[in-house]
Amino acid sequence: MDTFVQQLINGLTIGSIYALIALGYTMVYGILRLINFAHGDIYMVGAYAGFILATSLGFAANPSALGFGITLIGSMAIAAAIGMAIERFAYRPVRKFSRMTTLITAIGMSLFIEYLFVFIFSGTPRSFPQLIQNENYTIFGNATVSTTQLLIFVVSILLMIALQYTIFYTKIGKAMRAVSFNINSAKLMGINTDFVIAFTFAIGSALAAAGGVLTAQYNPKIEPLMGILIGLKAFVAAVLGGIGNIPGAVLGGLLIGAAETLVVGYGSYIGIPSTYRDAVAFAILILVLLVRPAGLLGSNVQEKV
Amino acid sequence: MNWVKTLISVVVVIALLYVLNAMMSKGGFFGAGIDDYTARLLVFIAINVILATSLNLINGFTGQFSIGHAGFMAVGAYSSAYFTVTYGKAVESSFGFLGETVASSVVLLIAILIGAIVAAIAGAIVGIPSLRLKGDYLAIVTLGFAEIIRIVILNIDAVGGATGYQVPGYANFLWVGIFAVLTVVVVRNIVKSDTGRALISIREDELAAEAMGVNTTRYKVTSFVISSAFAGIAGVLFAHYNKFLSTNDFQFIKSFEIIIMIVIGGMGSMTGAIVGAIVVTLLPELLRNLPPIQVGATVFQFSDLRLVIFALILILTMILRPQGIFGTREFSLNWLRRPRKQNEGTSAVGADVGVPEAQQDEAKRITHDEEQ
Repeated sequence: MDTFVQQLINGLTIGSIYALIALGYTMVYGILRLINFAHGDIYMVGAYAGFILATSLGFAANPSALGFGITLIGSMAIAAAIGMAIERFAYRPVRKFSRMTTLITAIGMSLFIEYLFVFIFSGTPRSFPQLIQNENYTIFGNATVSTTQLLIFVVSILLMIALQYTIFYTKIGKAMRAVSFNINSAKLMGINTDFVIAFTFAIGSALAAAGGVLTAQYNPKIEPLMGILIGLKAFVAAVLGGIGNIPGAVLGGLLIGAAETLVVGYGSYIGIPSTYRDAVAFAILILVLLVRPAGLLGSNVQEKV
Repeated sequence: MNWVKTLISVVVVIALLYVLNAMMSKGGFFGAGIDDYTARLLVFIAINVILATSLNLINGFTGQFSIGHAGFMAVGAYSSAYFTVTYGKAVESSFGFLGETVASSVVLLIAILIGAIVAAIAGAIVGIPSLRLKGDYLAIVTLGFAEIIRIVILNIDAVGGATGYQVPGYANFLWVGIFAVLTVVVVRNIVKSDTGRALISIREDELAAEAMGVNTTRYKVTSFVISSAFAGIAGVLFAHYNKFLSTNDFQFIKSFEIIIMIVIGGMGSMTGAIVGAIVVTLLPELLRNLPPIQVGATVFQFSDLRLVIFALILILTMILRPQGIFGTREFSLNWLRRPRKQNEGTSAVGADVGVPEAQQDEAKRITHDEEQ
């Protein structure tokens, strides 16, 4: 029982990160119907931005909550700017073409960021400095939860609440919902759709960067290709919850994170070795798409002829 | 007299490949030789032609966006390699009375048959459920399947698992070349046949095709299975030429590379896929020859920028020419001929004279906005 609780805590930690990244996928898909393949790489960019900030500002030497906060917010801002630049220079010019064209552009963008970072920072992993004193707290008997894990939970929950507030209680949020509902009608109603789309990319990228910095506190190894797999899994999380649906993305992220750690922990009892960990998300994706393509919380959309 | 023409072209192609193959061997061909580096490049071009042409059948002609081609290549490579490692020697010695060359060719052909069949079965298993999905969902599911295939292979110890797999080198340029030509011919014939028309109709408008009585599911699965079988063949040839297999060779990036080939060449163009395969194989080698640039204390090699430049080319192609170099057209010698003079007033200024009317709509189709 203790180990089960422990597995669940670890799973939900990873799951919160997936959820943060999945939010960006789901928002962009909701508005542009585009799988932003480069989103996972923004997560990596966020981790690297945090790494550079933390080392150059000297937070690595003396860990403090303030240093962590500045690193987190700084990397979120950098990632937001990069996300907007990507939208402006790569996605906006191809928006008028078919969806396959935008998808291929996104694949190209993803490769571009990955290998540009390999070129600049080399492929060897770097160690992200610990910015918060880590302690383990024992709960439920033997299960432990570390300060970093608590931090991940708290920061992700705060960010998700902020996002929910932005989308449902602010003017720009209303505009975002309008654009995702029908971009042409929104334009006719006087909404500056280009700005709304850029804003969506900025928020999504900032959340991914937060995920990157938080993961780096949990697992300090960062490398330029770290975003590929986690990005795909986060996308799976978004599809699982129902793409375009924000609570769905969070639910999907937590479920995938929990499922993965449980497979690692208990899979061997039912004949799944722990090495299949990375296949779990894809297996879930395939099952979901075949059984309930709209996802858990999504609504079915009838295709118009 | 059609068959005479066919026979002549078959003989010419095989003779040409034979000469090239002989030039790659140690002795050379009457003194003329090709060094190992160029030979290796030619083989990889041929393998990439197989991959690009076969992926073009499903992505370019049927219009179903699959990005898991490397998965089927891996299935073909590993299944056939398992055969040659386990039974290769035995089969070779039982055919030994025909001479060494024939015996090893028999082994390779059996390996190719096995690789193609296993990859086709894998294609059917993946295709039947997932081809119900469209567009980006299909893309992501094929990507997922390819990754699952890779992880499963990684966990099979019989084929080396994570340490890699040593494979006997039965393949040479002659066989790789023959199968590259064969792939191009088969795919071309499929596209020109009734089946091909049905596939293209699915690409143009799936609902309309269905309304016209095209069994869209059957055709989509058929083209997916054929495409996978050829990817399997490419995998077999790769395995037996490279003599070493590692699951790292079949990651996402390999699938993306094949996508880049057909996107640059033009999805839905046979010649485009071939040109794309050549460009994508040669470009990194050309970049390697560029002198390094120095910024401050660090020296940058252009060869390290290979994938960055690919990515940039891909993005710029999409922005500037989303239909690729050829679009859905084919390169043909007719392009070089002057169009016959027409009476004034029958054609608009700058009209695409000499291009079939059906293809003139292509530009419009590409820029057509699917949104709402």
